[in-house]
Amino acid sequence: MSTTTAEVREEHLSKEELEALAHPKRPLKERIGVVLSYVGMAAIVLYCIIPFYWMVVSSLRQPSEGRSTEFIPSPMSIENYQAVFSPLNNFGRSLINSLIVAGTTTILTLLFGIIGAYALARLRFRGKGLVLWLIMACSMFPLVVLLPPLLKMFSSTEPFTWFPYWINTYQSVIIPGLSFGLPLAVWNLTAFFKQLPVELEQAAMVDGCTPGVAFRKVILPLAAPGIFTTAIIVFIMAWNEFLLALTFLQDASRQTATVAISKFTGTSGFDTPYGTIMAAGVLVTVPLLLAVLIFQRRIVAGLTAGGVK
Amino acid sequence: MATATAEPRSVPATGDGHKHKKNALSDGQGRLAWILLAPTLIIIAVVAGIPVIMSIRESLFQTNTGVDPNTGLVAGGETFVGLQNFTSIFAGENPVQGNFGTMDRFWNAFLNTTFITIVCVILETLLGVAMALIMAKAFRGRGIVRAGILVPWAIPTIVSALMWKLIFDSSGVANRILGREILWLADTGASFWAIVIADTWKTAAFIGLLTLAGLQTIPAEVYEAAKVDGATTWQQFVRITLPMVKPTLVVAVLFRTLDTLRMFDLPYGMIGAGKYRVETLSVFVYQETTQSRYGPAAAYAIILFLYVLLVAFVFVRVLGADVIGDSGVPKKKKKKGDQEQAGPPGTALEMAGGAH
Repeated sequence: MSTTTAEVREEHLSKEELEALAHPKRPLKERIGVVLSYVGMAAIVLYCIIPFYWMVVSSLRQPSEGRSTEFIPSPMSIENYQAVFSPLNNFGRSLINSLIVAGTTTILTLLFGIIGAYALARLRFRGKGLVLWLIMACSMFPLVVLLPPLLKMFSSTEPFTWFPYWINTYQSVIIPGLSFGLPLAVWNLTAFFKQLPVELEQAAMVDGCTPGVAFRKVILPLAAPGIFTTAIIVFIMAWNEFLLALTFLQDASRQTATVAISKFTGTSGFDTPYGTIMAAGVLVTVPLLLAVLIFQRRIVAGLTAGGVK
Repeated sequence: MATATAEPRSVPATGDGHKHKKNALSDGQGRLAWILLAPTLIIIAVVAGIPVIMSIRESLFQTNTGVDPNTGLVAGGETFVGLQNFTSIFAGENPVQGNFGTMDRFWNAFLNTTFITIVCVILETLLGVAMALIMAKAFRGRGIVRAGILVPWAIPTIVSALMWKLIFDSSGVANRILGREILWLADTGASFWAIVIADTWKTAAFIGLLTLAGLQTIPAEVYEAAKVDGATTWQQFVRITLPMVKPTLVVAVLFRTLDTLRMFDLPYGMIGAGKYRVETLSVFVYQETTQSRYGPAAAYAIILFLYVLLVAFVFVRVLGADVIGDSGVPKKKKKKGDQEQAGPPGTALEMAGGAH
C-alpha cells in the first residue's frame, strides 16, 4: 500500500518540491522573530542568574580575597565554607532554628488553613465576602505594625508585666509569622479546592459517606499536590522571614539563619567577611533552589493557580 | 480588619440574593462553615487584629524616660500623650538631610518609601511585561526560563541584600564594569538606585511570570481576527494584549506596590539602619521600636498602615483591581472562569508575603 501511494505522489511532485513541502520555508520575518525570542529568553535567564553567579563565585574565593572582582576565582577554595561553620558564627545552630521555626509555621498554617480553605471553597454562607476581605487585608498590612506592641509584650515591660518573657523563644516568631503564613495558605488552598469538581463529594455522599468522611477520603488525597505546593511556598516564606526574627531573637543560640548571616563578623572585626557571608548565603539558598527547581512546574502552577499549564 | 469594614460596598452579595441549584453539600451549612473557619479567624484576630489595636493604643502613649522628679528614681512606665505622637511629625523636631533636602525624619522616610515604591514598581512592571511577551513567543526552552525566573524569587531577601552589597562595594564588580568609583553604599544618592536595582532584580521576573499567566488566557482567535483586519503589531499590543491582561497585571502591580511600601530587608541589609537617603518607614519604625520609643514607633507604623490601605483602596476603586476574584458564591457553571479568577490573587499573595 505504502509503495503505491509514494509512486502516485512522485508522479505529481518532483523530489525537490517534496522536500520543500516537508520543510516549509518560514518567512524571514518569522525567523527573525524566533531568533529574537531566543535572544530575549537568554537575556532573561542571564538577568536572573548572573547576580547569583556572583554570589557563588565570591563564596569560592580565598577568604582574604573577599572583594576580588575576578570573574573566575583563582585559586578556588572552599575555606569560606569551612569558616561558615566556625563556632564563632553559630551557623549550624541557626540552620536548626530556621528549620524549627519554618517547619512549625508551615505545619500550623496547613492545619488551620486546609479546613478554612475547604469551607471557603465549598460552602455557601452569609458573610463569606467579608471573610475573604479580612484574609486579604491581613496579608496586605505591614508587618512592622506588629513590632511596637509585641516587642513590649514579649519583653514583659510595663504594662505587660503579666506576660511571660518571650524574647528568644521560637513562639515569638512562629505566632506572629502566622499573620502572613495563614492568609497565604488559605488563599492558595481555596483556589486548589475549587478546581476539584463538587460532584466528587456528592458521589461519595450518595455512596453513604458523611461530609467529613468525603472530605478526608476523597478530597484530601486529590488535593495533596495543592497542599504540598502550598507547604513549599509557605515554608520558603517562613524560612526567608527576617524582620520578626531580627527583632525577637536576639540571643545567638536562638537566631534563625537569615539573622545569623546578617550578623556575621570577620575574625578581624572591622573588615566585612564577604566570602563567608556569600558562602552562608549559598548554603541557605541552595536547598530552596533545589526544591524550587525540582518542583518548578508545580510551584509555578501554584503561584498562578491554573493560569500556566 | 479595617479594609473589610472600610469597603462594605465591594463585598459581594452572598448566597441568599441569588438563585442556585439546590446543593445538599453546600446549602444550609452556614454554621458548619463558621466552625471550619473559626480556627483561622481566631488566629488572625489574635496575631493581627489584637496587635493592631494594641498598636493604636500604644501610639497614644510615650515611654517615660529620665528621672522621676518626685521619687528621684529612674522613671518607668508610660504617660498618656493623646495625639502628640502623630502631631509631632509636623513639628519638625528631628530634621535630617536626605534625598529631598532637610526635613523631619518621618517625612524623609515617607518620601523615600513613596519614591522607591514608584520607581521600583514602574521598572518592575515594564521589565516584567517585556519578559512575559518574550516568554509567550517562546516555542522551546520555557522550562529553563521558568527555572531561572524562580531563582531570584527563592533567594531570601536579606541574602540578596548582602549579595548586592558586595556587588555595589566601592571596589566591587559594579564599579569595575562601569569603570567608575561610585559610593553606592555610603548613604549617597546612588544608594537609592542601588536599592531600586536590587529590588527590581528580585521581583521583575516574577511580575513577568504572572503576566504570562494572564497572556495565556487570551485566545489566539482574537489575534487572528485582528490580523485579518490589518492591525499592526503595536495596535494588537495596545488594543488586545494590554486590555486583556490588565486584570492580572493590576492585581500583580497592587501587591508589588503594597509589598514595596513596607520594604525593610533590602535597605537594612544593604545600606544599614539610620541611613537617611534610603531609610524607609519600616526601617524607621524598627529603629524607633528597638530604641524603646514605642509610642512614636506605633504612630508611624499606623500611618504606614493607613497609607497602605489608602493605596489599596485607590487600586481597587480607580483601577478596578479584582483582589478577591470571587463573587462570594462558587460558580457552578463556569468552573474554568472561576479558576482563572482565583488565580491572580493567589499569585499576588505569594509576592505579598515575599519580601517584608
